[in-house]
Amino acid sequence: MLDGKTIPFEEGETIMEAAAAAGVYIPHLCHHPEFKPHGSCKLCTVSIGGRLGAACTNQAAEGVKVESETAALNADRLALTQMLFVEGNHVCPSCEKSGNCQLQAVAYHLGMLTPHFTHFYPARDVDASHPDVLLERNRCILCELCVRASRDVDGKNIFGIGGRGIKARLIVNSASGRLADTNLSVRDRAAEVCPTGAIILKRHGFTVPIGRRLYDHHDIAEVPVAGLKEPMRD
Amino acid sequence: MSDHDVCDLPGIVARWHHDPANLVQILRDVQESCGTIPSDTLDQLAKLLNVPRVRIEATASFYSFFHAESHGAYEILFSDNVIDQMAGKAELKQYLCERLWLEPRKLSEDGLVYVDDTADIGLADQAPAMLVNGFAVPALDKARLDLVAELIRVRKPLAEWPPMLFEIPDNIRQPGPLTGEAFAPGAALKATLSRGTDATLAEIDSANLRGRGGAGFKTATKWASCRKAEGEAHYVVCNADEGEPGTFKDRVLLNSHADLVFEGMTVCARVIGARQGLLYLRGEYRNLLEKLESVLATRREKGLLGRNILGYVDADGDFDFDIEIHLGAGAYICGEESALIESLEGKPGKPRNRPPFPDRCGYRNQPTVVNNVETFACAAKIAERGGAWFAAMGTPQSAGSKLISVSGDCQRPGIYEYSFGVTVRQILIDCGAEDAHAVQVSGPSGTCISFREFDRRIAFEDLATAGAFMVFSRERDMFEVARNFTHFFAHESCGFCTPCRVGTSLLRNTMDKLAAGKGSAYDMNEMKNIMHILRGMAHCGLGHTAANPVVQTMEKFPEAYERRLKRLDFEPAFDLDGALQTARLITGRDDEWAHLADE
Repeated sequence: MLDGKTIPFEEGETIMEAAAAAGVYIPHLCHHPEFKPHGSCKLCTVSIGGRLGAACTNQAAEGVKVESETAALNADRLALTQMLFVEGNHVCPSCEKSGNCQLQAVAYHLGMLTPHFTHFYPARDVDASHPDVLLERNRCILCELCVRASRDVDGKNIFGIGGRGIKARLIVNSASGRLADTNLSVRDRAAEVCPTGAIILKRHGFTVPIGRRLYDHHDIAEVPVAGLKEPMRD
Repeated sequence: MSDHDVCDLPGIVARWHHDPANLVQILRDVQESCGTIPSDTLDQLAKLLNVPRVRIEATASFYSFFHAESHGAYEILFSDNVIDQMAGKAELKQYLCERLWLEPRKLSEDGLVYVDDTADIGLADQAPAMLVNGFAVPALDKARLDLVAELIRVRKPLAEWPPMLFEIPDNIRQPGPLTGEAFAPGAALKATLSRGTDATLAEIDSANLRGRGGAGFKTATKWASCRKAEGEAHYVVCNADEGEPGTFKDRVLLNSHADLVFEGMTVCARVIGARQGLLYLRGEYRNLLEKLESVLATRREKGLLGRNILGYVDADGDFDFDIEIHLGAGAYICGEESALIESLEGKPGKPRNRPPFPDRCGYRNQPTVVNNVETFACAAKIAERGGAWFAAMGTPQSAGSKLISVSGDCQRPGIYEYSFGVTVRQILIDCGAEDAHAVQVSGPSGTCISFREFDRRIAFEDLATAGAFMVFSRERDMFEVARNFTHFFAHESCGFCTPCRVGTSLLRNTMDKLAAGKGSAYDMNEMKNIMHILRGMAHCGLGHTAANPVVQTMEKFPEAYERRLKRLDFEPAFDLDGALQTARLITGRDDEWAHLADE
């Protein structure tokens, strides 16, 4: 039972998977259907029989009452999204990802009007060394999708998370610490999986003008994964 | 305890069987022998262990005790719990820095010495305390620091420093069944073997033993479930990552009753069918390592560990079991059992997604029992003397005795072993704390109680505790106590999940804003909301409890907050006049017109 609707599931499926299959959107950022669940952004937190847990890492079970679209949960999701905004440096108007960015789209979906919390303004490195890929750590939300894609799909282990706590940061697999000194290819899954503008392909700026991009016209609930060919319902 | 040598990297890697799962231990040995873990060492390790460099860097950059830059021949870290602060840590640190002509967090000009803070090092009964190259020096005062400064000045190797600097008394003030009774090594094992494993598990069950790390999960249930779980191997892990500020009972158990702990692990191994055990010892207890290794060696000589324990052979085969000690490297989060397992596997200590729990999928993804040091000590006693004896102590829901680590404003800080159910008031009388105003039970993640609640009891059904008992007198500022704890949590958050990574820093910043006299009622509400999000959405216990000190002190000592609030509605975090400070410095002005008027 999800928000009062009975939803079918297969044995071993997570709540997120069962919901997605039934066309029900649960806000998320670190989850991606092609990759092993991670459970770090916590946006998909739902009430599972009264106990809170991440929909992406908890298995669906028969007869369990799951609540997702409640005012209280969405208020908490909004706060988490605002936390992600203030811990990094996100300047949407000057970001090439604007309109295709899932962080921005989730913020729109949840009705975020201000960052609410005091900005951290962290000093984060930009790495433009790679010929084809820009690494803009100011926009990284530590979802580890690139880490998983590079390790599990590309078989390269190019990305990792270094440091601890609020000082956690995206690191790359080279002694110099530069992306150019890794074997990242523009064709790698890791190069295109980033939900924000932290890993972005060079020389593609404004190919699609702002105003005609995915989330300029669709709520993220309709297209939860950028890159899927068809909106789930229209 | 040697000076830093040229690093024998291949030797260290070989000593740890070329196994990347031992990466934390390898990095520890590199750090200890070389004094740093330079960037090129990560490349060499990547080659020697055949794992990507990025994984080695992830681990090396996670733990506080690893660093790439040199901290000189002497690295001095002052314990920074609020108890150390109350005992004059800040003044003493400044005193030492002045004696050595250096600034904190900056290597001395001659490259000899480095001074910084570290989280509580498990010596709250002998505060203030510090670590020198990882070895604990308790009970600091100016005379002892004069001696330390002189030893550093003449560049005396740490191994030649006077042993009295490193002497750490147990301070057992009130002994009990664990701390006061003689234990003959092997007694619990012999009883276990003659009774059989089913019957031993039944004794642990009827004893109603519950985990001593604070959560209170029933030990017999955990063991039974792990025993049933299928796997290639079963493991016993002892959690000696005693990182909760104000707790030091495991330090004492391991220092003076290690046989009891190791025997409890061996009893568990017999019950669940494990052949290997691991003791995860917090890095701050480095000074105990050689002693513990020698206890293990003696047990092997006596046939209590190793192959064919006590010469026992039965239908299930020989009884083989051995224990390896792993050291932590400065990460409180590794006290969380799944983070501890990650650390044992050479990774950053980030808690896993659960279920599955370790009893089914733990160390190397095999069924694993993880218990606290004190739990294993209790298990050994129960195996020796039976469940009924144990269950007769304490309360119906909380059987047995509990070690309490008392520190702070009292005459007799140290270890007190009580039957469960003892009142806070009784402990305060026993330790000589007539002036107590508040007690932080079970550390920052536990419960802050005020003088109105001193009749509450230490028990799982009332005040559950891992053992910390920090006493604060009337003169103490409970706001500053809570602020110290918010700094602790922000420093120790692993950074995996959004609510804890960002929320703990937001809490710390807001408390600092209040401390700077810029708080308002708005900030109080903000902190309550952050607490709500941490409790509901954080990934593990660290995040769930990280706001407790703030919320509880706000509720119980509102006056400590109210007198700091500048306005009752709103006050911005941004200090407009403060922002002009650089301009004032540049122009050399500090007159009335160089400041914004206070409206």
